[in-house]
Amino acid sequence: MTGIEAHLSTAVQIDAVSKTFNSGKPNEVHALDNISLDIADGSFVSLIGPSGCGKSTLLRLMGALTHPTDGTVTVNGKSADLARLDRDYGMAFQTSGLFEWRTVTQNIELPLQLMGWEKQERKARAAEMLDLVKLPEFGDHFPRELSGGMQQRVAIARALSFRPSILLMDEPFGALDEMTREHMQTEVLEIWARTGKTIVFVTHSIPEAVFLSQRVIVMSPRPGRIAADVEVQLGERSFETRESQGFFAKVTEVREALRFEEDAR
Amino acid sequence: MTTREETNRAAARLERKAATRRGLRRVVVFLVFLLVLSLVYTGYKAFGEAVDDAQTDWPVVGRVLPRTDDLTMPPISDIIVEFGEPPQRNSSKPLGAFIAEAALFTFREAAFGFLFGTLLGLSLAILMLRSRWIERGLSPYLVVSQTVPLVAIAPIVVIWGSKSLGWLPFTWEPWMSVAIIATYLTFFPVAMNGIKGLQSAHPASMELMRSYAASRRQTLIKLQLPASLPYLFAAFKLAATVAIVGAIVGEISGGVRGGLGRLILDYASRYTTGPSRLYASVLGAAALGILAVGIVTLIEYVAVTRRQEGHVAR
Repeated sequence: MTGIEAHLSTAVQIDAVSKTFNSGKPNEVHALDNISLDIADGSFVSLIGPSGCGKSTLLRLMGALTHPTDGTVTVNGKSADLARLDRDYGMAFQTSGLFEWRTVTQNIELPLQLMGWEKQERKARAAEMLDLVKLPEFGDHFPRELSGGMQQRVAIARALSFRPSILLMDEPFGALDEMTREHMQTEVLEIWARTGKTIVFVTHSIPEAVFLSQRVIVMSPRPGRIAADVEVQLGERSFETRESQGFFAKVTEVREALRFEEDAR
Repeated sequence: MTTREETNRAAARLERKAATRRGLRRVVVFLVFLLVLSLVYTGYKAFGEAVDDAQTDWPVVGRVLPRTDDLTMPPISDIIVEFGEPPQRNSSKPLGAFIAEAALFTFREAAFGFLFGTLLGLSLAILMLRSRWIERGLSPYLVVSQTVPLVAIAPIVVIWGSKSLGWLPFTWEPWMSVAIIATYLTFFPVAMNGIKGLQSAHPASMELMRSYAASRRQTLIKLQLPASLPYLFAAFKLAATVAIVGAIVGEISGGVRGGLGRLILDYASRYTTGPSRLYASVLGAAALGILAVGIVTLIEYVAVTRRQEGHVAR
């Protein structure tokens, strides 16, 4: 494998990254300590851990919304900043962050508008994305007329509208009720299967992480470190997956990894 | 899914109806308020003295509260009739027409003041948004600018306007100086609320714009300005009233004739020969203020509220 191919098959490369907030001040916080992690192109990876373990910070480092104190973050073979300027990733947060003064369609068109797409192309793409997230009839509605789950779907449509290769999601279903949440998990897997994006997913729910991912990165707090890297091979997910032995075994494995870290402190 | 959509539509429809009802209710409440106010005025005038006489321990009317005679408190009917009476012997033009003309004159000053003040205030807010440093440096001076008494600067501005602005391609007229005075009052609430509004954009939304590699300008236009609209319209309503007040005070202290300020000054100096005229012109000024705020509220409704509530009308 040549160097270029190696880069192509790795979407995100975290190399010996540390992050310290308020460096040198009394309220100094070591958010991340010497983290190394490779995320394969087209994979679904979850970051899980107790609050304060730096999982969101790690995600924000990948998106170049913040910068490492030490180490390097490489996205699609370039620096994270360059990847951001190249619009290599879409983002979805816990709050859908839809602009309340824009209709659903206008929200999805926002990034396209910023990137200078033609009006016709924008319209067509927005309609396509609304189909993808199964809200084809809601284009003219305003966000506040939609339920929480529907708002998150629009946020995902918006994040994918400009065809980024990587989708960064920070607890996107954290504010949803359990039923909607499970439904959305199935939806996001469907979108993943159809689009082939690399998805990095931050969550604090163990079943969610196991159900969604091929890999669960378990993190521990103060300073944030990777405690375990759990491979999940459950094949194609279905309603029955959550009731299967394999699923329970992986949930237990992740839970053990989290508990082990609790005890170690 | 369809049932949910239907529910949503029904909800939006109900909300729109409710909005219309709210608007109507406001008008009715205002009319009732006017009625109550005139009843209190008339009631006090009719019975105040008698009630006061009945209790002799500590007379109030004529000491704390105003006298009830027709010179101090002209009857409401007199004030209303006065609008139709000509105030000058040699002309048949009714007082109402004089007040309307003067109000239009004052409105023009206030409107220009509002326009320039809004532009100036918004520019300052955007400038302050650029850096914390500029904001911290600038905002104390903005506050100080408003502590300078208006009556002191008004004559200065009028004199400066007439003496120094001869080089302009148009003739500098006194009302333009008054517009500058109104600008001076108007920019402040817009700048202060503007910066607060521009900073009110959700941090997650700011990060979202960053993730799109949006430019500063794009972020301002697509996110920060729309997010600031509720703050801005609150400021615009305040600015509309201070523009009117500024114009009237500017006319009075700058000695500019043609507007409501001068009219009020004239009728105040000739109060004893016709108190209703002063009352009528003050009512005219109040109506102008209400009109100004009403215009801003209407623009807000069309630009913000209706766009977000009434979209079901497809």
